[in-house]
Amino acid sequence: MKYQSEYRDAAAAQGFAQQIRRITTRPWTLMEICGGQTHAIVKFGLDELLPKEIELVHGPGCPVCVTPLELIDRAVQIAQRKDVIFCSFGDMLRVPGSEADLFGIKARGGDVRILYSPLDALKIARENPTKQVVFFAVGFETTAPAHAMAVYQAKQQGIENFSVLVSHVLVPPAMEAILGSESNRVQGFLAAGHVCSIMGYEEYIPIAAKYKVPIVVTGFEPLDILQGIAMCVAQLEEGRHEVENQYTRAVPEGGNRAAQHYVQQVFRVVNRKWRGIGEIGSSGLGLRPEYAEFDAELRFDVGGYTAEESPLCISGLIMQGQKKPHECSAFGKQCTPEKPLGAPMVSNEGACAAYYRYRRAELAAKEKVSQ
Amino acid sequence: MSTLKDFTLNCPLPISDYPTVTLAHGGGGKLMHQLIEKMILPAFQSPLLETRHDGAVFELGGARLAFTTDSYVVHPLFFPGGDIGSLAINGTVNDLSMCGARPVYLSCGLILEEGLPMETLWAVVQSLKKNAEAAGVQLVTGDTKVVDRGKGDGIFINTAGVGVVEHKLTIAPASVRSGDVVLLSGDIGRHGIAIMATREGLEFESAIESDCAPLNAAVRALIEGGIEVHCLRDLTRGGLGTTLIEIAEATGLEIAIEETKIPVREDVAGACEVLGFDPLYLANEGRMIAFVPASEAGHALELLRKSPHTAGTVEIGRVAAGRNGLVTMKSRIGTTRILDMLSGEQLPRIC
Repeated sequence: MKYQSEYRDAAAAQGFAQQIRRITTRPWTLMEICGGQTHAIVKFGLDELLPKEIELVHGPGCPVCVTPLELIDRAVQIAQRKDVIFCSFGDMLRVPGSEADLFGIKARGGDVRILYSPLDALKIARENPTKQVVFFAVGFETTAPAHAMAVYQAKQQGIENFSVLVSHVLVPPAMEAILGSESNRVQGFLAAGHVCSIMGYEEYIPIAAKYKVPIVVTGFEPLDILQGIAMCVAQLEEGRHEVENQYTRAVPEGGNRAAQHYVQQVFRVVNRKWRGIGEIGSSGLGLRPEYAEFDAELRFDVGGYTAEESPLCISGLIMQGQKKPHECSAFGKQCTPEKPLGAPMVSNEGACAAYYRYRRAELAAKEKVSQ
Repeated sequence: MSTLKDFTLNCPLPISDYPTVTLAHGGGGKLMHQLIEKMILPAFQSPLLETRHDGAVFELGGARLAFTTDSYVVHPLFFPGGDIGSLAINGTVNDLSMCGARPVYLSCGLILEEGLPMETLWAVVQSLKKNAEAAGVQLVTGDTKVVDRGKGDGIFINTAGVGVVEHKLTIAPASVRSGDVVLLSGDIGRHGIAIMATREGLEFESAIESDCAPLNAAVRALIEGGIEVHCLRDLTRGGLGTTLIEIAEATGLEIAIEETKIPVREDVAGACEVLGFDPLYLANEGRMIAFVPASEAGHALELLRKSPHTAGTVEIGRVAAGRNGLVTMKSRIGTTRILDMLSGEQLPRIC
């Protein structure tokens, strides 16, 4: 397929792999930010092509994985109501809350719908004036413009039975939190291409300078990722720490200004809790006071609902790149995609699910050899 | 800026044993398999059921027969390339065919929702008739029930079928051997995308049509052609990936396939990219895989390519020597990974 098969070409992939082997003289630890990149790496076995000196650790960029437990519980609370049509992106439905997931609520008669676009929720709200229509606005900067547009249009068109349950998080504060941690191992980043297609990459320039870490804006196809790794390793080997853009076909330096305009109009920066990591200051988006009428937490009075998470899995360490999924004692044993102990095992984009889906046999074989 | 001192190394206990049935239990993935293993098989304890084939094969009155049943619930009732009527006939015809049987008689139970337009029902009945004729089977008994408005999705259909097994082969996972060639009867994923596109109102340059088709003629061609068929399986809900995994697990053998050999139409691949789906796990309604000895693979391929609904047959891999019960796939860029069964239906990704 055009614009896709070109980026999955075996010979070109081997070419980048050779280039990386040629320039690598010592061990480097790189983090890919985005869960989509993690999946591409594991699905295509890209790390098999890398020299052993290059270690990839998987970042916190899976929106499903970092949405805190209490937000899932609030979603469940709202979705249970008889007067509510609760709309969400598909993979949020299986994320376990304290007692239930949205699939379970649907099974018990809740009107839970999978949508592709928040604007579809507006349409549902117009068609069902006697119902409250709530959209679960989850994600990074990538999904924020669509959520902002839905809220903006709801206000413009006076659609009063629409609201959003917001759990938006931002990439740069998470990167700074990782880099500022005493136990940080990450020496270079592959920044998330789609986030940058909205936001541009200006905000990464001070981070690269402050922490002396190369940041390469990278796409999602195998060749994108291999080229991003090559660019990042080249910087490390040459002692540079700049922001470079591998994903030029999608990312202009300033990003998408029109999208940013609507995000800024509707949202403001707030502190957010990250599942498995904890609260990070100024790391998320919440509705501006002018749009508070569309805040589902206020409308259904669930904002005060908090939940304690049980200390069973090491997803926090995994999402900061300090541990690999298979280094968790529960991996593939107590914790599987059917019985996930943590969100990274639930989502398609979660690092644990990616390892489980594509790596199980190999990991088991290695374990056997080492015993 | 927080320095992440206060990690809450947190994760809640999961929902694995749902107290109620969820859609994932019918998705053809792991939850459905768990349901069958934990509830259905122990309840009935039948050696025929234990074979977990698409139908039961047994001797009765001196004849070797195959018997199967399937229920059809689909929204929308009509979609590009088919409708609930074509699914109800071809699905049961194919289940019998996968037992190596020649389908002969079908039953048909209709569960209708109050308020269903007579015109819609007539269109479905016409489709049942047309597809039964095309597949060469007779609809010989049936039943009709009506449920209250809101308690059905327009129309649900159950069909059961009886076929006759006219050869001595044991067509089942237990017959699969290392070295067998895996044949796939055409491109994959079209039914799943056709349904999804209609349901979601997605439009493509030209409509992606379901692959819904009867496979009895193709199976007959193999058997009459003298091919020592080891195993047949039609690809339904869970797609090619799930079907291969089921067979690998049942045989304990490793099945090694190559991504570049699996035909996926360009428009289907494009839709998958947009929607975040993997074509390996998309539903099909007219595709099968056949396990045949390597020495007969060329002949089998030739026979299948001559049959109208399997003209696109290709070899996608082999049963390897490994005894790990896994499916491995060589990726487009030359690396290898294992295929895993999904939990339920594929869920559209966030971004």
